[in-house]
Amino acid sequence: GFRDALNQAMDEELERDERVFLLGEEVAQYDGAYKVSRGLWKKYGDKRIIDTPITEMGFTGIAVGAAMAGLRPICEFMTFNFSMQAIDQVINSAAKTYYMSAGLQSVPIVFRGPNGASAGVAAQHSQCFAAWYGHCPGLKVVSPWNAEDAKGLLKSAIRDDNPVVFLENELMYGVPFEMSEESQSKDFTIPIGKAKVERQGTHVTMVTHSRYVSHCLDAAAVLAKEGIECEVINLRTIRPLDVDCIETSVMKTNHLVTVEGGWPQFGVGAEICARVMEGPAFNYLDAPATRVTGVDIPMPYAKILEDNSLPQIKDIIFSVKKTLNV
Amino acid sequence: MSACLLAFATAVLEPVKLQWLFNDFILGYFQDVLLGSRVVVSRSFADFTPQATFDIKKCDVHRLEEGPPVKATLTRDQGLQYYRIMQTVRRMELKADQLYKQKIIRGFCHLYDGQEACAAGIEAAINPSDHLITAYRAHGYTYTRGVAIKEILAELTGRKGGVAKGKGGSMHMYAPHFYGGNGIVGAQVPLGAGIALACQYQGNNQVCVTLYGDGAANQGQLFEAFNMAALWKLPCIFICENNKYGMGTSVERASASTDYYKRGDFIPGLRVDGMDVLCVREATQFAADHCRSGKGPIVMELQTYRYHGHSMSDPGVSYRTREEIQEVRSKSDPISLLKDRMLSNNMAAVEEFKEIDIAIRKEVEEAAQYATSDPEPPLEELCNHIFKNDPPLEVRGTHPWATLKSVS
Repeated sequence: GFRDALNQAMDEELERDERVFLLGEEVAQYDGAYKVSRGLWKKYGDKRIIDTPITEMGFTGIAVGAAMAGLRPICEFMTFNFSMQAIDQVINSAAKTYYMSAGLQSVPIVFRGPNGASAGVAAQHSQCFAAWYGHCPGLKVVSPWNAEDAKGLLKSAIRDDNPVVFLENELMYGVPFEMSEESQSKDFTIPIGKAKVERQGTHVTMVTHSRYVSHCLDAAAVLAKEGIECEVINLRTIRPLDVDCIETSVMKTNHLVTVEGGWPQFGVGAEICARVMEGPAFNYLDAPATRVTGVDIPMPYAKILEDNSLPQIKDIIFSVKKTLNV
Repeated sequence: MSACLLAFATAVLEPVKLQWLFNDFILGYFQDVLLGSRVVVSRSFADFTPQATFDIKKCDVHRLEEGPPVKATLTRDQGLQYYRIMQTVRRMELKADQLYKQKIIRGFCHLYDGQEACAAGIEAAINPSDHLITAYRAHGYTYTRGVAIKEILAELTGRKGGVAKGKGGSMHMYAPHFYGGNGIVGAQVPLGAGIALACQYQGNNQVCVTLYGDGAANQGQLFEAFNMAALWKLPCIFICENNKYGMGTSVERASASTDYYKRGDFIPGLRVDGMDVLCVREATQFAADHCRSGKGPIVMELQTYRYHGHSMSDPGVSYRTREEIQEVRSKSDPISLLKDRMLSNNMAAVEEFKEIDIAIRKEVEEAAQYATSDPEPPLEELCNHIFKNDPPLEVRGTHPWATLKSVS
């Protein structure tokens, strides 16, 4: 599954490169708050798997400093909501430094952890940070959907000499996925910055990331019964965005629907629409692009409210039909 | 003549102990005062005291049985070197002041004059292979960590010959084992603890000197860093440069406790006279030994003073008196302190210091010439250095038709 793929990726990279180490809350003796780092402390010990106190700003700064001085840290946020306490270190100390120093000082670090909505954890624990981190030059921002994405992209992120924000999703951790032969190799990596067409289609392009790839594929299966063939693009990387992949698809289908869990204003979907407007694909659109997003409110707790705060499959189907005017 | 001086020195300069090397007395020796240049001095080599031991102010200690030694030995060569370094930083900062007033330097410019003994003393006690990180009042450290004056000034004037090719400016200069130059108050402290973690991890016996000011001393992230550094026994020397004012706010108005050397709580601390380069050196040596022996971090408070305001936009006299500034200048100037010590102990001649001053002025002037005549960075390089080791990247310009290129 997704969780095991992340575990495998870290295990392989820890073994491959002495400089790689993991730090964060509960990553060592607790086996990881979500068990993503299970078994790693037992195997690698205190030096390479470090439990930190609950002090995000401090330990994130420490991780960034270690990266500046030659190590390759993986800094885990128990959830990305807590990264807000440390966001200055991510942006000002990590992301901008290679540029500010004109190449003298690099920061090879991965910030990873669950992002976005979980189940019943309410407003302070449910925010999606794809748009916030995706906004900043100097960062790479990655959002895997399935286990293969998780493994290949995390290995690439760890091997990357630049700061990478790696957005996982707690609801995906337990989801089982089949993994290809190829992905079993210790050198299996997926390039950062390249999207993947998960399903070919001719009538509409759906662009999405993380958990919503599943929703889009489910919606596509339903729509296929009505003769609507959806092309589903799994972004895999938020920054840099694979605009070419999106444009090629839109130029084929003439319709665009973006789907994300984050809030609508200044979101990932907004950026995709703007980019499509500015490029060659605009002239191929037969209708304005549509964004399907989380509801523009803090996340409520009650199940019925929470369910209706995030895109459901019926919302995606409805939006596709509206866009196609059927 | 030298015999008279010896008598004078012995009689008058109690309790300083003098050591003499007995050489052949040959008049008219040429003497290298500066690297690469020769200067004739009126005194011969054998006239000068080659080494002297000075009493230095005792450090206040926190959670330590004993502090650094109360005596420091200074050789003539060391003295001249420290003088040269401090005077260079002083002249460089004053030149930056001048260039800023001429609007050739823009934006932020936080000057270090008055605090030279801190940078010079620290560097004298650590190795080039050790690490150092500081905040935004960083020009002095950029120099002591090995960057040439002209590259510092050219970075301030925003030219391609600047140490960061004009992309960083005053607060973002870097060198091997020197991590800037950091603009966000306090952020450099966890970074420094992280660098120390890397030293420990790699087992290289190196230490990281992590500097911050009295203003930053109240930042929460410092205490987070102290906690982890102590827990994990990181080889980190946390140094508070207490110049009595965080921007326009005096220490009494900002801190419930102004005993910055105690603020590390469970971390041992030293309070040091930051105007005396020998005090700083001895304390830093003590601190480095502490860290290298695996005892964990240590906090040092350097009591120092800045002559300029917080930055070039602050005249520095609305929250402190001109009298106070003048008093420090006349009684505690770090460069004068060192010079007077050396002169009083016959370690060098007045003319030597004059020659050094002239040479430094010339060097700084030439560096300023370079910094004002070097071309600005080429626009083609605007987007470079976003990522390391990446293929060329397209970067969005100010409008959709402006696609710029970024190379690693």
